Amino acid sequence: MNIITLIKQVPDTTDIKTDPKTGNLIREGIESIINPDDRHAIEVAVSLKEKYKGKSIVVSMGPPQAIDAISEAIGMGIDEGILLADRNFGGADTWATSFTLGKAIEKINAYDLILCGRQAIDGDTAQIGPQVAEFLGLPQLTYVMDIEEVDDRRIIVKRGLGNGYERVESPLPALITVIGELNKPRYPRVDLLINACKENARITLWNAADLKVSVQEIGLSGSLTRVIKTFSPKVKREGEMLKGDKGEAVGQLIERLAGNYLI
Amino acid sequence: MAIFIDYDLCTGCKRCEKICPYNGIEVKDGKAVVNERCTSCGVCIDNCPENAISSDIKEKEVPDFRDRKGIWVFAEQADGVMAKVTKELLGLGQSLAKDLNQELSAVLLGNNVGHLIEELQKYGAQRVYLAQHELLSVYQTNPYTKVISEIILHNKPSIFIIGATPIGRDLAPRISMRLNLGLTADCTELSIDQEDGLLLQTRPAFGGNLMATIKTAYSRPQMATVRPGVMESKKIGTSSNCEVIHVDSSLTKEDVVTRVLEFVGEKKKVVSLNDAKVIVAGGRGVGSEEGLKPLFELAEALGAEVAGTRIVIEEGWLPVERQVGQTGQTVRPELYVACGISGAIQHRAGMLGSRYVIAINKDERAPIFEAADWGIVGDLHEVVPTLTNAILNRKGK
Ligand SMILES: Cc1cc2nc3c(=O)[nH]c(=O)nc-3n(C[C@H](O)[C@H](O)[C@H](O)COP(=O)(O)OP(=O)(O)OC[C@H]3O[C@@H](n4cnc5c(N)ncnc54)[C@H](O)[C@@H]3O)c2cc1C
Ligand SMILES: Cc1cc2nc3c(=O)[nH]c(=O)nc-3n(C[C@H](O)[C@H](O)[C@H](O)COP(=O)(O)OP(=O)(O)OC[C@H]3O[C@@H](n4cnc5c(N)ncnc54)[C@H](O)[C@@H]3O)c2cc1C
Repeated sequence: MNIITLIKQVPDTTDIKTDPKTGNLIREGIESIINPDDRHAIEVAVSLKEKYKGKSIVVSMGPPQAIDAISEAIGMGIDEGILLADRNFGGADTWATSFTLGKAIEKINAYDLILCGRQAIDGDTAQIGPQVAEFLGLPQLTYVMDIEEVDDRRIIVKRGLGNGYERVESPLPALITVIGELNKPRYPRVDLLINACKENARITLWNAADLKVSVQEIGLSGSLTRVIKTFSPKVKREGEMLKGDKGEAVGQLIERLAGNYLI
Repeated sequence: MAIFIDYDLCTGCKRCEKICPYNGIEVKDGKAVVNERCTSCGVCIDNCPENAISSDIKEKEVPDFRDRKGIWVFAEQADGVMAKVTKELLGLGQSLAKDLNQELSAVLLGNNVGHLIEELQKYGAQRVYLAQHELLSVYQTNPYTKVISEIILHNKPSIFIIGATPIGRDLAPRISMRLNLGLTADCTELSIDQEDGLLLQTRPAFGGNLMATIKTAYSRPQMATVRPGVMESKKIGTSSNCEVIHVDSSLTKEDVVTRVLEFVGEKKKVVSLNDAKVIVAGGRGVGSEEGLKPLFELAEALGAEVAGTRIVIEEGWLPVERQVGQTGQTVRPELYVACGISGAIQHRAGMLGSRYVIAINKDERAPIFEAADWGIVGDLHEVVPTLTNAILNRKGK
């Protein structure tokens, strides 16, 4: 079974602090990590490979330093990595990202299963999986929390939907997006990691020309959405601190609540 | 693709540094410098007050979209019951339709769902596109994508909004790729730009740490998913007309590739914090499951639901469906009482829409006070029972 896993390198947003004065993000010294959902996808790929043989490839579109994410995936047991890196891929929205990833998958050609994380913790859109599936004309199974059965022709999964779960069967090839409940990702093995970093032999770089795509279709030029401004979330209110001992403070609060018809 | 700075014009005002989503531009020695984190996204270009930033990317041409009209809402339903988010989308749609002076339509798919038309009308739909077919009776990606894409192609709407529910987030990106449409995810605010009439789509990213406003000028319909629980539904008088357009779909069995074997609903009744008018929420400061007791008593006195931060859920003091925040529920009650909650951004992301917020915390510097209308510094185990008694006394009178 040949499996392609799409992974994204992201800033560790759980580390992000906001400047208490300006409310702006402080991003100095924030680490880049493999998107958390994608680790679970890698775990699926590696454990299926152990069971069914075949080749496992990770594909990532990103800046040159995203090679670290690919090396780590190889450290976890993935066979090969492909980094889609080109200045012209920059600024891509989800449509342009999915188009580029789709072209790369078409070029790889041999696959039975495509795995994605449900959502990247920076862009937060959860749109790439379904868009890539549509680009390739594949069935999609999103929010996968358990893989019950898989053979070379079909897959049965549980999809977590918040108010319960759905068991669904799909023919292969198919694309699935996974959520954290699915499994516990293994740690990279040091020897594999060192190999991946040392030779980079199992990592291939593809640029726009390799994918035979035109500049108008990719990156910011290919994007159909435009971020026109960004700002810090509005969280401040006219906070009034109620003074005095607890009885007095509560007394003032009752007045305010009653004044606003809240009690 | 690259970003260029004109050093004669740059005044080092740092506006670009503040608004860059990637930290890809910094002011050094009084001038902006682009670094390796830059993705050429172009946000800085439009925001530079001195016009000192440019790039070698050619602006795409905007096609002529003058024939695209109408605000559309996807009418999500399950088993013939309207999803709550559908009403919220219609509430939002009413104000967009008014701003643009266009009609508001709902797109309803299913099997035997005709009875929902009246409800759609009551919440503001002036027209309903109705597609009924046995293959549409439960949501499945392929048949829904196919039918909706066909309706869009034939009727050319200007705006199409979908709830950011598990169904909506499965469906919307599929349609966006099929029809080559820009799509903005999980919006918390939508409005019309008075200058060019385009939809302004605002959404949180980077785990709630950053808000972005997005436009989709290059494709129609302008498409966005909208976070449930954020918009308000509005009933209108039933006297108005509602036109129903029956859509014949060309669906066949071949369009259904996946097979739903079963749906297993969660046994626990899902508490809908969404609907709560008053919420009393506890954080780590309650100290233990036992420590929640005064909160339940206050909730009883106020007719409120009890909720918690992720810490409280992780500690097992409350079940997961009572978590408020970025990875929990988004709530918008009239009153939110935060007890022993520090006010982390991920928590605030879920309660920003509350009308009034009370914070009770023993640390006067806790960030929750910045998100509160009224704050009391003190031990919640003393303040909360005092408040409960005061409310009960008042009621007693
Ligand atoms: C503040 C901000 C807001 C944005 N909002 C939008 C928006 O509303 N709509 C829009 O179209 N674009 C938006 N973008 C652009 C979007 O973030 C990028 O297109 C991004 O490359 C992909 O989206 P995501 O991070 O949301 O990925 P998701 O769709 O959340 O990612 C899901 C999965 O897809 C795979 N994947 C994602 N990216 C890659 C990659 N580069 N290489 C390999 N696999 C990948 C991974 O498996 C990942 O787990 C926004 C960007 C910013 C900075
Ligand atoms: C990706 C991600 C997603 C997340 N999603 C969510 C989410 O959806 N919801 C969420 O809530 N969190 C979420 N978090 C966690 C969030 O970052 C915070 O860790 C969490 O909200 C803190 O909870 P807390 O306020 O209960 O605890 P703390 O931050 O520990 O605060 C406890 C507060 O109680 C006060 N206190 C202590 N004792 C008393 C007392 N006796 N009387 C009065 N005050 C007292 C303290 O002064 C302190 O301010 C998320 C984090 C990440 C990284």
